Amino acid sequence: MPEAAGMLDVLIQTLRDVLPIAAVLFGFQVLVLRRPIPNLRRVLLGFVYVLVGLSLFLQGLEQALFPLGKLMAEQLTQPQFLFDGAGAHPGVIGWTDYVWVYVFAACIGFSTAIAEPALIAVAIKANQVSAGAIGVWGLRVAVALGVATGITLGAFRIVTGLPLHYFIIAGYVVVIVQTTMAPRLIVPLAYDSGGVSTSTVTVPLVAALGLGLAGNVPGRSPLLDGFGMIAFACLFPIITVMGYAQLSHWRARRRRDDENE
Amino acid sequence: MNLQRHLLAFARTLGDSLRDLAPIFIVIGFFQLVVLRQPIPELEQILFGSLLVVLGLTLFIQGLELGLFPIGESMAHAFARKGSVTWLLLFAFALGFGTTIAEPALIAVANEAAEVAAEGGAIGADTAARASYAQGLRIAVALSVGFAIVLGVLRIIRGWPVHYLIIGGYAGVVVMTAFAPKEIVGIAYDSGGVTTSTITVPLVTALGVGLAMSIKGRNPMIDGFGLIAFASLTPMIFVMGYGMLLDA
Repeated sequence: MPEAAGMLDVLIQTLRDVLPIAAVLFGFQVLVLRRPIPNLRRVLLGFVYVLVGLSLFLQGLEQALFPLGKLMAEQLTQPQFLFDGAGAHPGVIGWTDYVWVYVFAACIGFSTAIAEPALIAVAIKANQVSAGAIGVWGLRVAVALGVATGITLGAFRIVTGLPLHYFIIAGYVVVIVQTTMAPRLIVPLAYDSGGVSTSTVTVPLVAALGLGLAGNVPGRSPLLDGFGMIAFACLFPIITVMGYAQLSHWRARRRRDDENE
Repeated sequence: MNLQRHLLAFARTLGDSLRDLAPIFIVIGFFQLVVLRQPIPELEQILFGSLLVVLGLTLFIQGLELGLFPIGESMAHAFARKGSVTWLLLFAFALGFGTTIAEPALIAVANEAAEVAAEGGAIGADTAARASYAQGLRIAVALSVGFAIVLGVLRIIRGWPVHYLIIGGYAGVVVMTAFAPKEIVGIAYDSGGVTTSTITVPLVTALGVGLAMSIKGRNPMIDGFGLIAFASLTPMIFVMGYGMLLDA
């Protein structure tokens, strides 16, 4: 049974991923803190759940979503698909010819960010810490919108060949300006949400899209232009999360003003 | 009674997982059937895989609440009670370095980067040169994440505002972009995003929040978050530095 063998492979790989973390945790607990772990059995059970869960998750993605998603990214970027309706190849490909690629980039960015386990974890924690003020869904949708924007812009950049650092530096300027205006409580969480949005689900699909685009757009090299998508997907959630907080802050204040009148 | 509660929680998480994964199924289905107008190949295998994804996510989220969050927080409290900053910082470094060096996404990116460097003529084209380049890159990123967690923990202890450090880091990235070899810039920017894995994120978040809760005068919302942000910023700087070092 090839599926069982594949499953075992993934389990071993996940185990190798978890092992250094477990070693650091238990090493420090036993050697430095020298105290028993509270609820040890529950914690161990939790680790087993995480291990098995992540293995199943990765194996399922490998079997169901990744092959199809990667194939799609390749097909959508091929000239045969782009000029299928127009018949003749116009010779010069403009950035507007890639409309379906942008739509795909936005949709796949949004939906993979919603499914990202690390983001779910941070959203749960933020919800607990803020005593419910930050909704799990609100945060995740804000981040997902940011990732969608980032991936779409990343695709646009590869098609047009504009330098990566212009976009990144402009994004930083927006982040800095927003930082001075956003509610103070949201700032650290917003910064964090950039890094968590790109993980197990997003990276492989987005990398496939980037490489497919860079390989098929004339004049781009997959080696030099294929990078940068992840960086975009990390930057834009910071902007949208702060924007979300600014928006809800502004609406709450307006409501309060209305009541006072 | 306990088992029943457990099963109930499991069923609820299962429902959540289904809802979380629905968008991705819809997007892939829509593009395959409507835009590309092709049948879905090997439907059975895909349905089985989707079942695994839903089950896996459910178990992972359950395990998060049972294992990863509690241990991250209880260790943070224990370190705060112990009062030894040195041990805490050592722990922070070990956690950052240890979780990153084995990260599969990083290994993949490092190998790709070695290929780019060989293509660009920055290093020799033989396998040994590429392997040592990739290895060096991985160590650079792992060191940078270790450093980031140490800096982040120090920030929580001292109560420094996060945005000064982040904006300072951005300035560092911008300045280094001007000097770093062109072919490493894209890889450096991407390496920030791939370093924080699905297991590291909940642990590091729990550590930060736990520390902020057990130190007097810290707000878990303002001071507890921000560790991941450092961990995705410093690799950019370290990787560009690594590129410059090799180039010089």
